[in-house]
Amino acid sequence: MREISVREAIRDAMAEEMRRDESVFLMGEEVAEYEGAYKVSQGLLKEFGPERVVDTPITEAGFAGVGVGAAMMGLRPIVEFMTWNFAMQAIDQIVNSAAKTRYMSGGLLGLPIVFRGPNGVASQVAAQHSQDYGAWYAHVPGLKVVAPFDAADAKGLLTAAIRDPDPVVFLEHELLYGESGQVPDGEHVAELGRARVVRPGRDVTLVSWSRGVSLVLDAAAELAEQGIDAEVIDLRSLRPLDRATLLGSVQRTHRIVSVEEGWPSCGVGAEIVATVVAEAFDALDAPPQRVSGADVPMPYAAHLEALALPLSETVVRVAHEVCYTDG
Amino acid sequence: MPTLIRMPALSPTMTEGTLARWLKNEGDGVEPGDVIAEIETDKATMEVEAVDEGTLGKILVADGTEGVAVNSVIAVLVGEGEDPQSVEAATAELGDTAVPEPRSVPQPSAAKPAPPEDEPPAEAPAQAPAPPPAAVSEPAAPAQPSPPGSRVSASPLARRMAAQAGLELASIRGSGPHGRIVKADIDRALQMGGAPTTDEAEAAPERIELTNVRKVIATRLLEAKQTIPHFYLETDAEAGALLDLRRRINADLEREQRVTVNDLVVKATAMALRRVPEVNSAWGGDHIVRHRAVHVAVAVAVDDGLFTPVVRNTDRKGIREIAREIRSLVQKTRAGKLMPEEYQGGTFSVSNLGMYGIGAFAAVINPPQGGILAVGAAAERPVVRDGVVTAAPVMTLTLSGDHRVIDGAVGARWLAELRKLIEHPALMLA
Repeated sequence: MREISVREAIRDAMAEEMRRDESVFLMGEEVAEYEGAYKVSQGLLKEFGPERVVDTPITEAGFAGVGVGAAMMGLRPIVEFMTWNFAMQAIDQIVNSAAKTRYMSGGLLGLPIVFRGPNGVASQVAAQHSQDYGAWYAHVPGLKVVAPFDAADAKGLLTAAIRDPDPVVFLEHELLYGESGQVPDGEHVAELGRARVVRPGRDVTLVSWSRGVSLVLDAAAELAEQGIDAEVIDLRSLRPLDRATLLGSVQRTHRIVSVEEGWPSCGVGAEIVATVVAEAFDALDAPPQRVSGADVPMPYAAHLEALALPLSETVVRVAHEVCYTDG
Repeated sequence: MPTLIRMPALSPTMTEGTLARWLKNEGDGVEPGDVIAEIETDKATMEVEAVDEGTLGKILVADGTEGVAVNSVIAVLVGEGEDPQSVEAATAELGDTAVPEPRSVPQPSAAKPAPPEDEPPAEAPAQAPAPPPAAVSEPAAPAQPSPPGSRVSASPLARRMAAQAGLELASIRGSGPHGRIVKADIDRALQMGGAPTTDEAEAAPERIELTNVRKVIATRLLEAKQTIPHFYLETDAEAGALLDLRRRINADLEREQRVTVNDLVVKATAMALRRVPEVNSAWGGDHIVRHRAVHVAVAVAVDDGLFTPVVRNTDRKGIREIAREIRSLVQKTRAGKLMPEEYQGGTFSVSNLGMYGIGAFAAVINPPQGGILAVGAAAERPVVRDGVVTAAPVMTLTLSGDHRVIDGAVGARWLAELRKLIEHPALMLA
């Protein structure tokens, strides 16, 4: 094991897969000469050259489409969006071309492509540049949607995503790039579609993903001091949803709170709650609850931005609510 | 209209059973109370009694059939004058709808669908599942849904737990929002050994912490009953002379100086102990302790317990001295000011419940003593004198003795002595 940042873990996953498989290549805005707008592709141009680390013009629809075509022809592109906000320009390529091709070709064309980049809220970049696309892509059949929290998962899940035969939307988090964590030495591949129980507990399940996991872990620590033993689940994969892990946890704790940065309406939390209600109804001792970002465009002003985000205090309060205890 | 006889639920958790044996044949007449069949579950074999009278028209489930679902129709009963052909019509109508899901049976596992939200799942008795014989047959009417408004707010988990435990949700008070019954409420109900109704919950037992006095009483009396082989002798003593003596002593005394019946009994007890010293003894483990002094302890009730202050050398003290001492000890006891030397060292005890109207009782020996006298009320009772029944005050005296120390004959001799002293108090001077 060695301690590296999430940023380095993502770079390592790409580098190792590019060494392992010549069909893997990276393209996007500023990925080569500048080594990534968030410095994620450091050293890749130098090692793999401009044929496999490709700077593109500022045209998301264009290079995403090039990536889809390359994947159809047997390459394994990694398409980096400077942020997922800009991928709105390319969403037709992602949803209509990438996600549906295996289905519409009757299985003749696979599409092994990874779309990756920072997602979610950042600091004071305002409504158009600070939002969570998890629910958007998790809605689409034909896509896999991954959102890692720590460095080990960033590497293991990206490696798995690159090797996957189908399009994977890989949602990184700007505020996590600098976070460090222990990563196993050598090849490290995680399984897509599996959630992870980060902290076992008895009284309430707190489920989140990406940066939300850190909120939830803080909340769990505070709850522990107040006598509530929370189980923390890192969902890791928004699609497919690891129903077995969620339902197994609820069978033990009888209560669940989902926590996400995104908007509440039709969010991932809504899907989790619906799943639990439908499939673990008799295990529930309280209505499942969601903690989410506020149902507004992200404010620019710092104090308003803070109020629009889920907080660990909110998670603690809602956990008490479902435990019928006083916080 | 023919009556459908359905598979009964013999317990709240029964979902199916074996129809072991029919005791009536098709065409047999049936009276209410007749045993018509035997049903087996994994726990028991139960008899099925008829509720209605009629003729067993058709048996639909044969002897020995296993896995018969609760509430499914097992036979059809036709009434007097009914066309046996109507049986065919009734059974033809059965279809799927006439064999409803067992609505009175809680679902045994999470895998099965939950009971409908608008219906309390456990209609069966909350506890002690008893076979409901009346459920054997019922008119062939479709199952009625519970009336609206009867919904109990409970979490799904609580609902399932209650069904599994056979608790009636309606009898459990919910602690969740809007009175929702949640897991904690079911846990509490189960801990209390069942479902308390709201009234019962309010009347739930109160926990009273033990005072030191109560702890000592518990320890000492448990020790006494566990280690001392008690035996009991009872005799009646005419108390006329004793009461007369008391009247005469008190005639010239101020109220607070007056002598009680108990004072006189204590004096007589002390005299009897002096005369039959075997009873003034205690068990010493590997020997018997024969006390030379007579120290009579007197049981005094206080609000929260019992003390036995001691009148030392009781046999040597006069009545008024004993009375004065007991009065003082009682006051100190009730004031909580009794000193250890005032309640230690007794050689024998007297407990008198006569003032509470008790006629006779047996007291528990106060270790390390060897005996205790229980004194009942001196009340007018019929006595026979010279073959004639007449009324006279009588009190019942009961000796509890430690049989390791006192044998029955010795106890009897002592009690006879005491009786003589009470019936002829002048002998106390002798």
